[in-house]
Amino acid sequence: MHIIAQVLFVIALIGGIGFFTRNIRRMTRNIKLGRESDRTDHKGERFAKMARVAMGQSKMVRRPIAGILHVIVYLGFILINIEVLEIIIDGVFGSHRVFSFLGNFYNILIAGFEILALLVLIGVILFWTRRNVVRIYRFWGNELKGWPKNDANNILYFEMVLMVLFLTMNAADHQLQLNGAPHYLLNTDMSAAFPVSNFLMPLIDGFSNSTLIIIERTAWWLHILGILFFLNYLYYSKHLHILLAFPNVFYSKLKPKGELNNLESVKKEVALMMDPNADPFAAPAEGEGEEEPEKFGASDVFDLTRVQLMNAYTCTECGRCTSECPANITGKKLSPRKIMMDTRDRLEEVGEIINKKGKYEDNGKQLLDDYISREELWACTTCNACVEACPVGIDPLSIIIEMRRYLMMEQSAAPNELAVSMTNIENNGAPWPYNQMDRLNWAQEK
Amino acid sequence: MADSIKVPTMAEYMAEGKAPEVLFWVGCAGSFDDRAKKITRAFVKLLHKAGVDFAVLGTEESCTGDPAKRSGNEFLFQMQAAMNIEVLNGYEIKKIVTTCPHCFNTIKNEYPSLGGNYEVVHHTQFLKSLLEEGKLKVEGGKFKGKKITFHDPCYLGRANNEYEAPRELLEKLEVELVEMKRCKRNAMCCGAGGGQMFKEPEPGKKDVNVARTEQAMDVNPEIIAAGCPFCNTMLTDGVKSKEKEGSIAVMDVAEMIANAEDL
Repeated sequence: MHIIAQVLFVIALIGGIGFFTRNIRRMTRNIKLGRESDRTDHKGERFAKMARVAMGQSKMVRRPIAGILHVIVYLGFILINIEVLEIIIDGVFGSHRVFSFLGNFYNILIAGFEILALLVLIGVILFWTRRNVVRIYRFWGNELKGWPKNDANNILYFEMVLMVLFLTMNAADHQLQLNGAPHYLLNTDMSAAFPVSNFLMPLIDGFSNSTLIIIERTAWWLHILGILFFLNYLYYSKHLHILLAFPNVFYSKLKPKGELNNLESVKKEVALMMDPNADPFAAPAEGEGEEEPEKFGASDVFDLTRVQLMNAYTCTECGRCTSECPANITGKKLSPRKIMMDTRDRLEEVGEIINKKGKYEDNGKQLLDDYISREELWACTTCNACVEACPVGIDPLSIIIEMRRYLMMEQSAAPNELAVSMTNIENNGAPWPYNQMDRLNWAQEK
Repeated sequence: MADSIKVPTMAEYMAEGKAPEVLFWVGCAGSFDDRAKKITRAFVKLLHKAGVDFAVLGTEESCTGDPAKRSGNEFLFQMQAAMNIEVLNGYEIKKIVTTCPHCFNTIKNEYPSLGGNYEVVHHTQFLKSLLEEGKLKVEGGKFKGKKITFHDPCYLGRANNEYEAPRELLEKLEVELVEMKRCKRNAMCCGAGGGQMFKEPEPGKKDVNVARTEQAMDVNPEIIAAGCPFCNTMLTDGVKSKEKEGSIAVMDVAEMIANAEDL
């Protein structure tokens, strides 16, 4: 009997981890569809930032209520998962609480997990309440209809169930230990190890050992299967941030927020235009000019950088960016969160085509217009509020700028007044139609 | 005060075989916009008062390319940058001060990789250093005790992490500084950045500058202080749209200091 359970457990484990690995490889492949971007400089500074922002949650707590609740759930998640190691060993070898030889230390550990589980449960219930009862505004944006909204709640339900299962398992286990059930008898006295599940004991009072074993086994199995399922749910969910937050912060921008990159390809062209000795009719040198001319800016996910694509997978759809965006606040269509969600959706669509056909075949769609409208792009004030607000170092502004570059340089599709300003800069060196020769008039005026 | 003020140009300096300590980069708004010209003049008066050896480029100055860059027109931006850098390097400029956070950000952060390396400071930072060196004295005067809120320009604040210099200057004026709910790194944009100054806003519920002005009015200031000519214009328009121009003034920090000194 035991051996069958052990075999089933190993199959579930391999299956769960295998499917997860497949999806992570797909995700990595999708991210690599983007352009390379060098963000490997200043490693020390990057590690420090990752420790501070991702591990230390320093930007989460800028909004104290959500921040502190998040820290609790985050710590609970990481620490309680130490227990998963024991569950896996027990599952594979058919043992029971294999770490219990640690004695008192083990009891403290389990008691700690129980308290954390309770705190996580409370945290998650409060999160659910904020989202669904208090209806915090940023959780009811237009882009959150359908899957994103269900996804958010699914995660919360899942965490609630996992915590309840963990505590139920402990309660039944404890009762079995007290009853002296053979497989459950331990060398150590665990009576102090269940400060929370103790309160569940009256519910199972008087149950027979066989019923208790069914409860304990069911809770144990559902708990570990739930964890394996949840692991595989990540890829389809905003919950992927629990993995990607770390690399995403590591590769985030270290330069001043106001600094936009200078396009190298444009640099070459401008240098040529400014060079009085350049021969405009010269044939390109051998081996040069044969490659396709570089596309300026981005109209689809392939034109974005790998960091930008990783940003899209990392986005937790928390909406802190959108709730700070001046354009969004004043009722314009732009939502930085939607920019990130659209990028991920389009990238997933491309990924699906590659999964099916082995390579990308044009499906007549692209990120620009089919997902992100021009109206959204032109509403941005480049104020960096979204970048500042993101707790995991996402830079929606950089995507907006790349797409504006495409509209400007590939399509000359700027809003009319803006195009006029550009012409003014070109002709008079100012965005207004004034003569450059009048630049010093202010010194003579009152 | 009503007369023209003496503003030396780089060309004049060059003709005398001299180099000024610092170049004052005036910017498009500071050169052409009637409201912003007052800020320019106020700052020049302070430079004179502190005995700073400065010059401007005058007709040789051109747009830094900030609106072009942020609108996505990288070609135009780099053309502007290349021309400006040629002029600046030609005069062997070392240090630049500007009253416009957009010019400040672009020259400081985006020109270096195009061959333009200078020490660039915002005028509030420069004024602060003049105070520290004792070249300029600021006393409260007419602003003492007045309720004032400071609007952080995005391109000085979030973009370059400078929140304190303008506030320190205001403290020297002995004003009662009240912070808006959204200030410093959480400050809201005036609505002009990213080329928005030069186009109609996209349809929405209200204009960004009006929303920002309302946030400022929530703390009941007598003066909204700013450190950017574009913010100044946007907030001035916001105050007008609320018909509060009689009771709330929008002023650049430099103007306030010059005013306190009766310059």
